[in-house]
Amino acid sequence: MKKVMLEARELTKYFDVPGGKLHAVDKVNFQIHEGETLGLVGESGCGKSTTGRLLLRLLEPTSGDVIFDGVNITKLSQREFRKYRTQMQIVFQDPYASLNPRMSVAEIIEEPLLINKIYNNAADRAKRVKELMDTVGLAPRLLNVYPHELDGGRRQRIGIARALALKPRFIVQDEPVSALDVSIQAQILNLMDDLQDEFQLTYMFISHDLSVVKHVSDRIIVMYLGVIVEMAESQELFERRLHPYTKALLSALPVPSVDIETEPIILKGEITSPINPKNACRFAGRCAYRQDLCDQQQPELRELHPGHWVACHFAENLVQTEDIVVGGSLSHPDSTVTKPSQVIEEEPVTEVEQAKSEESNISK
Amino acid sequence: MEKKNNTPAPTQQVAQKRNQWKEVWRRLRQNKMAMVGLAILIILALAAIFADVIAPNGFDNQVIKDRFQTPNSTHWFGTDNLGRGVFDRVIHGARVSLSIGIISVSIAIVFGGLLGALAGFYGGRVDNVIMRSMDILLAIPSILLAISIVSALGGGLFNVMLAVGISSIPGYARIVRASVITLKGQEFIEAARAIGANDSRIIMKHIIPNSLAPIIVQGTLGVAGAILSAAGLSFIGLGLSPPNPEWGAMLSGGRDYIRDHMHMTLFPGLMIMATIFALNLLGDGLRDALDPKLKN
Amino acid sequence: MTKKPLLEIKNLHVHYITNEGTVQAINDLNLELYPGETLGLVGETGAGKTTTALAMMRLVPNPPGKIVSGEVLYKGKNLVEMKEADLRKIRGNQISMIFQDPMTSLNPIMTVGDQIREGIMLHQKVDKATATKRAMDMLEVVGIPMERYDEYPHQFSGGMKQRVVIAISLSCNPEILIADEPTTALDVTIQAQVLQLMENLKVEFDTSMLMITHDLGVVAKVCDHVAIMYAGTVIEHAQKHKLYRTPKHPYTIGLFESIPNVHETTERLKPIIGLMPDPTDLPTGCTFHPRCPHAMDICKVEFPEVTHLSDEHWVRCHLYPADKEVE
Repeated sequence: MKKVMLEARELTKYFDVPGGKLHAVDKVNFQIHEGETLGLVGESGCGKSTTGRLLLRLLEPTSGDVIFDGVNITKLSQREFRKYRTQMQIVFQDPYASLNPRMSVAEIIEEPLLINKIYNNAADRAKRVKELMDTVGLAPRLLNVYPHELDGGRRQRIGIARALALKPRFIVQDEPVSALDVSIQAQILNLMDDLQDEFQLTYMFISHDLSVVKHVSDRIIVMYLGVIVEMAESQELFERRLHPYTKALLSALPVPSVDIETEPIILKGEITSPINPKNACRFAGRCAYRQDLCDQQQPELRELHPGHWVACHFAENLVQTEDIVVGGSLSHPDSTVTKPSQVIEEEPVTEVEQAKSEESNISK
Repeated sequence: MEKKNNTPAPTQQVAQKRNQWKEVWRRLRQNKMAMVGLAILIILALAAIFADVIAPNGFDNQVIKDRFQTPNSTHWFGTDNLGRGVFDRVIHGARVSLSIGIISVSIAIVFGGLLGALAGFYGGRVDNVIMRSMDILLAIPSILLAISIVSALGGGLFNVMLAVGISSIPGYARIVRASVITLKGQEFIEAARAIGANDSRIIMKHIIPNSLAPIIVQGTLGVAGAILSAAGLSFIGLGLSPPNPEWGAMLSGGRDYIRDHMHMTLFPGLMIMATIFALNLLGDGLRDALDPKLKN
Repeated sequence: MTKKPLLEIKNLHVHYITNEGTVQAINDLNLELYPGETLGLVGETGAGKTTTALAMMRLVPNPPGKIVSGEVLYKGKNLVEMKEADLRKIRGNQISMIFQDPMTSLNPIMTVGDQIREGIMLHQKVDKATATKRAMDMLEVVGIPMERYDEYPHQFSGGMKQRVVIAISLSCNPEILIADEPTTALDVTIQAQVLQLMENLKVEFDTSMLMITHDLGVVAKVCDHVAIMYAGTVIEHAQKHKLYRTPKHPYTIGLFESIPNVHETTERLKPIIGLMPDPTDLPTGCTFHPRCPHAMDICKVEFPEVTHLSDEHWVRCHLYPADKEVE
């Protein structure tokens, strides 16, 4: 068993909004193991970014705890927390908004060293800044350039260098490549991969892009309106989706291939309001498998298979499917392409029908 | 078409530390109207500084026999009812009017900026207390407020500056507060927190440099407003008293003779107009030049 | 070529003239849109996708933009040289556009129904009652109950707003619908709904569509043909299956290799090296040569011409010499 580096216990954040309390993150529990990449996916407003910020105490939780290296960091004073802060860093989504436009590249990367008094003299700091720029692939001539003069990819490298400056062990990646074009996105993803190997980093990778999350993560958490609906090893999650929302989410992902045909499960119904939600499954309003129980009780996250957790009352009764239908053969020039690992030919329509027939069984 | 992504980094070798103010100046220089405004202001400022050289007669040199002269070769702008050269007075007046404008705006920026920054940064109750008192100040027409301050404290150069300054505090407080609130939500502020920066560093390094632009722009335009307010106060007899050559006071002094000796009011009026025009041109130019996201 | 394109762009050049120099937004661009089909226009930020769309309706902001040369042939008529008054009859009526952000393309102080009706009344000679009726029908068509006719945009979610935008653009039954990243601002599950709706409507209304996107997944789902853009020109143009199975241009191949695929396990992505070129200072010859793994001497000096590899598949790359069938 791998060592647990960070743990969220009943982590909760409510925001005061005009209509009441917005349950951004609601009693979330998970662990992050040393050296792994934990993916956190969900759509806008599901609380994934809030969760990332709660872990780093960039937001104070309404309740719940964050345990880092066995220490409950939510209970620490700002002063005591300082030594943990340097070990936990964050890379932001927007490479335009996350860098101060009035500071040069060198000043931005130097700032963490300066604040935490890592070096006593300017020469050592300058040396370290150059070293960091080299690590993330920024040319030394960019030292005194201002961020707005650079493209998104280079700006994101600055953000990464700033996060690395304090030699952290854990980095929250909050949608780090969402604002980038695909060719640049691949460069940055590879860089993060290299850095993880080189510095033995542990990542929490937050994104709405399933293909990117699948590519980088060892384990994946799926969030929906402030709660975890499913959590499993990356491959396991893609092969055996248990929660109806995960099924819909994965099926809706457009695949860049003409030979893998997916039939998206189109969600109907209203999205539940995250403001003062009642004790019910938050996905019930859009769920094709909804039962009376779903409206009466919020499902607990339970371990259905080893390491595979799901929060759905009827997860074991839903049909297991892979909604991939392969037609034609796959060919790709200049590269070897592996075929989809698991292919079950099945009409998705029948899946819903089957589920419906099972629904009647359940209600008996 | 967006082009923010495509500009390659400057090609110079390990560039020297480039000053952002130099960049601002470079951008400002490209704006012809702003440069016209700046030129007028420089001329006025030089006139104010070297007033004693340009107009050696001083502003209170009464030569009764030369009363009411129309503009001529000795008295370029003519003379007034006491035989003083209008040109001499206008030049010395630049000193008074410009310093009123600059100092009262400085008072307003320092206090308004500070209050606005505190309100914006801390929010909640602090914000409420500060901004509600600003609202009270704002509810009184500024000229009325200035009038009451001057009537309470009496006339005189400093009191006029204070009066005009105080009455424009709420405006700056609002601007700074709004810009601080916007900045506070930016990711780079969060990034600074993540690397351990404390409040004072965040305010000094991240918030102030980024909220400077709107203040500078507003300040430039504010100087014009302050000169106008001071002139207004003097015009109704509450500002500087004779023989002070403040432009508004000159207008006020000349109004009785406006029918027959228009030059007495025309020239100080033109000076006020030119100054305000120049400040507005410069202010608009600065607005564009100070935006770091606008390149070149 | 067996089919005749409904809309064809030939050797189009569009420049933006700015203080710092001329931005060559579109360089010698060729494009064909066939009747009843969906053409995916794919490219990265700054490739000139949106400018191409604007040029198709001659809406390039002027100044600073200028259509320098080239033709946009719609049913054989050159839109570039058409009178403004004639063009206005085509815009919105025969060629219609959907923008990326549904939040900003709707007027917040007008009910959604009235916004749909406005377009109908503008282009079709019908009385108010008929237009209202047709606007209500359009709402139903895009899956919004007509009872919501009198609601305002802020009462709708993002996906619903995009449906309204689609209803507006289809209300005059246009021949061509240009959709500029119509689902980029939406969540995946909502995107699936909107894409499905657009596909159904395309069939129902028999509309040809130009779908601008950066997402090769969306293209695979909804398009028939694909045009890949790089630095202001289409570098590969093919029938979808041909492009996905046998991409020919090194940039197209690079794009596919940059995307992580959920159905494959790749340890490492193969990014395209380097960055997008500065449009004020494009490389000589083939604009892709500084990033191309197969760059040859000729690539540095000569801009490659169109090479037809097979029916419905052409490429602009020196690897595939003209008049030689490679496939």
